[in-house]
Amino acid sequence: MSGGGSNEEGFLEGLTPRRVGLYAVLLAMVGFYLAPLESGLMTSIKSTQAFASTTPFAPPGPEGFTIEPWLAAWESLQGSLFNLRGSLVNSLFFALPATLLSATLGSLAAYGLTKVSWRGQIFVFALLIAGVFIPYQAVLVPLRQFWSFVDVASLLTGVPVLEPRSDLIELTITHTAYGIPICTVLFRSYYQTIDDDMLEAARLDGASVARIYRRIILPLSVPMFAVTLIYQFTQVWNDLLFALVIVQSSEFFVVTQELNALQGALVQEYNIQMAGAFIAALPTLIVYVMFGKQFAEGVAGEGA
Amino acid sequence: MIRDTLRRLRRRRGDGSTEEAVRTDGGTETGRRFSIGSDSIDNELLESLPFWLPAALLVGLFVYGAIGWNFLISLTDWSGLGQPDYSSLSLEMYRIMLEDANFIAATRNTFVLLIVFTAVALVLGLLMAILVDQGIRFENTFRTIYLLPFSLSFVVTAIFWSWMYNVSSGGINVTLQALGLDFLAMNWLGDPRFRLAAIIFALMWQFSGYCLIVYLAGLRSIPDEHYEAAKVDGASTVRMYWRVIVPQLRAATMSAAVVLMVFALKAFDFIYVMFGTNPGRSADILAVMMYRQAFSATNWAYGSAIAIVLFAMALGVIAPYIYMQYRRGEL
Repeated sequence: MSGGGSNEEGFLEGLTPRRVGLYAVLLAMVGFYLAPLESGLMTSIKSTQAFASTTPFAPPGPEGFTIEPWLAAWESLQGSLFNLRGSLVNSLFFALPATLLSATLGSLAAYGLTKVSWRGQIFVFALLIAGVFIPYQAVLVPLRQFWSFVDVASLLTGVPVLEPRSDLIELTITHTAYGIPICTVLFRSYYQTIDDDMLEAARLDGASVARIYRRIILPLSVPMFAVTLIYQFTQVWNDLLFALVIVQSSEFFVVTQELNALQGALVQEYNIQMAGAFIAALPTLIVYVMFGKQFAEGVAGEGA
Repeated sequence: MIRDTLRRLRRRRGDGSTEEAVRTDGGTETGRRFSIGSDSIDNELLESLPFWLPAALLVGLFVYGAIGWNFLISLTDWSGLGQPDYSSLSLEMYRIMLEDANFIAATRNTFVLLIVFTAVALVLGLLMAILVDQGIRFENTFRTIYLLPFSLSFVVTAIFWSWMYNVSSGGINVTLQALGLDFLAMNWLGDPRFRLAAIIFALMWQFSGYCLIVYLAGLRSIPDEHYEAAKVDGASTVRMYWRVIVPQLRAATMSAAVVLMVFALKAFDFIYVMFGTNPGRSADILAVMMYRQAFSATNWAYGSAIAIVLFAMALGVIAPYIYMQYRRGEL
């Protein structure tokens, strides 16, 4: 526990009526935040008759229990188990490189703008910060135009794996570009806390800007890379809007697109919808449970 | 703001190495940068170019280039198949917009969403942060659960909430009926009167955890003496928070509010998954209307013009914020 001021005496000893009330409210709020997920989870393991006739929060009875919805949802999101063309694989195909690229470019830019003295840096940095807050609607039509002029498919003619996935590559580049601002902001706030004297000493020893980055900054950046990669991966994986505009062929739909299509096609089959929602959320849920602290740091950084 | 936040987080982790960089005057930590004469500054600019230029070019092209292009398109009359004709430009689309009742309704809804959603998410987040800040046990577990919805995709949460709001067997109405409050069980998504409120409530559920995190960092940065002083004065807890603590959370409130407002402007995924491109006049917002006009109706120029209005609104929110950051030396 990292919380400040928690006393280490026995849990029950410190329990005044006031504390009991406090924990009751906190637990009630846990109920509030988990209710939609709990109701979704329970519904996802009920047969169609069972979910219509039972309370959504109640677990299924023995006759109402089934994992059919999960199999059906997996089938429509991903296909067979080892299918390499399903929407989950498509999402990984663009989300991983986009996350890595935007974090790397963000780190380099933050270093270039933080640890050197040049007047224009504030201006460049202000433009980058503003990029965090741009409503993407303001770029959608030009984005569609741009990717119809820049024909990635023909540039990649004959390249196996990549050529048919030109839409996903366009999506990768798009997400990289729009991810750079927040990554730069996160890295810059971190680099500003690095002691300048150390860098100045290295500089006087004749180390170049590039060498200082490789030898000093990069090793120090590891924790911030963790924060940025985790936060950015979640953002990119979760996005729907860019995929709607860029990915046209349903064969290469990403998982948010496929999930939306599933919801539209199976309007009444809430159990399959819920199972699909969990499957689509699984990678981000795993990342969140494993790296909740880094995610929270990324969240705090979003407030630029 | 962000720098302080991170520093606070780091300080809480017990990493003493950043202590010396803590500023007390709320700004201007400049002074010490490399400055070994003007020659080396020019050299440094050249040497640093390869680091930030690729990022700046990508952002310049995809963000600012695209916005400029979008503005240009909004001045044409482009619709349907084919390409825009840039030879005759006019403000026609903006004139049409002002006479379009759907645009007026969407603008009004956007403002309602912007203000109500921001307010309720901030208030709930602040209350939760104060509760979590009481030195509770299992703080990390509570925090992880409260922030969980924020890590989910809007596609996922929209599907969960469509089910929660289901008229006959959804979680909300079933709970209300169990509490004997049948008269409050409404057709939340079907009835136009409740649709926007239902959206705002679900978004509050998703974003209040974010506000909690920002406020918690803010609360932790307030020196303990302020709490003590207020207690000595005999201020009741509620009054102490209202008079002493809340005013010191201005920076946290500002930055959280900016993020929430900008989100409210571009809230698209959630509404799109729940209602498709046409949520009806009662829940239509500019972000959805823009997509519908451009990508469903292929009224490209009109969609672009709506996008410019959205961009102007976002600018109205962020420009003062960034300028303030600049003035306070936080840039």
